[in-house]
Amino acid sequence: MKIGLLHSLIRKEEKLLIEAFQKADVEPIMIDDRQLIMDFHSAPDIDILVERSINHSRALHALRLFESAGVCCVNSHKVAQICGDKLLTTAALKDHGIAQPECRVAFTEESALDAIEELGYPVVLKPAVGSWGRLLSKINDRDAAETVLEHKTVLGSYHHSIFYIQQYIEKQGRDIRSFVVGDDCIAAIYRSSDHWITNTARGAQASKCEVTSEVAEISLAAAKAVGGGIVAVDLFESDGGLLVNEVNYTMEFRNSIDTTGVDIPQVVANYVVGLVRQ
Amino acid sequence: MGECPICAADVEVADDAISGELLVCGDCGAELELINMDPVKLAEAPSAEEDWGQ
Repeated sequence: MKIGLLHSLIRKEEKLLIEAFQKADVEPIMIDDRQLIMDFHSAPDIDILVERSINHSRALHALRLFESAGVCCVNSHKVAQICGDKLLTTAALKDHGIAQPECRVAFTEESALDAIEELGYPVVLKPAVGSWGRLLSKINDRDAAETVLEHKTVLGSYHHSIFYIQQYIEKQGRDIRSFVVGDDCIAAIYRSSDHWITNTARGAQASKCEVTSEVAEISLAAAKAVGGGIVAVDLFESDGGLLVNEVNYTMEFRNSIDTTGVDIPQVVANYVVGLVRQ
Repeated sequence: MGECPICAADVEVADDAISGELLVCGDCGAELELINMDPVKLAEAPSAEEDWGQ
């Protein structure tokens, strides 16, 4: 069995995955995206590709090329494309009737301001493509809105001119990250912080969250909406129930193994091995 | 054992380390990437880019 593991830097997650594959009697074939040269016809000789690149743009394009060459990829290019763009994620969730925060998209500074005023303060302005909580802005009033929009327009690169505006959800200092592998929601954590941004990359603390039927149901539905596979779903707890904030396709899990008691990399490795055997 | 490219301190490299792995220099705190195992070669790890991580 030839399982390719697409990577750039080897983080804790990739090391754990390699160990997990070895426990499943598979030595993964390491494919460094920094050394990769692909045409549109062929790919390294592998049965399946597990995508673990740290760069979204490299992952997205490499997956497309591997699929063009007939290689099954986990996750697929489609999943990477949808999850890597908040606008596409919101659209996919909406198409599947999945609860999420109210959202607006605008393309100019002026229309973005109108959209923010229509949605009502506070709102969160996010880059459509971005991660680790970078460049998120919580906008509490019109003065802040005008300032941030002007800065993004003048100083931002072109993709910051797609204004993705999300209703601010008062989440009581925490959100939930659930982990979906195939048809199972295998684990979940709370991410708690005194800051309104609750990414663990920004210092939020992880603690165990029980996978209730509500958590499992919405997580699996969100995973299915973006195309399935191996994803982490970020959830907000609201008065009206759980809301899906984002879906991540190259999930980070180093803080969630001891916290949940679930050997996440082993579940992932076993799932991938199972896909090859099917 | 490798040499930190920033401060020249000795950096311990585990036997099961692999190319591409991230290490931290215990002396200067620099984040390093293991470029090669035999012989051990370390380089300063690339800075986080805009599209990194999830």
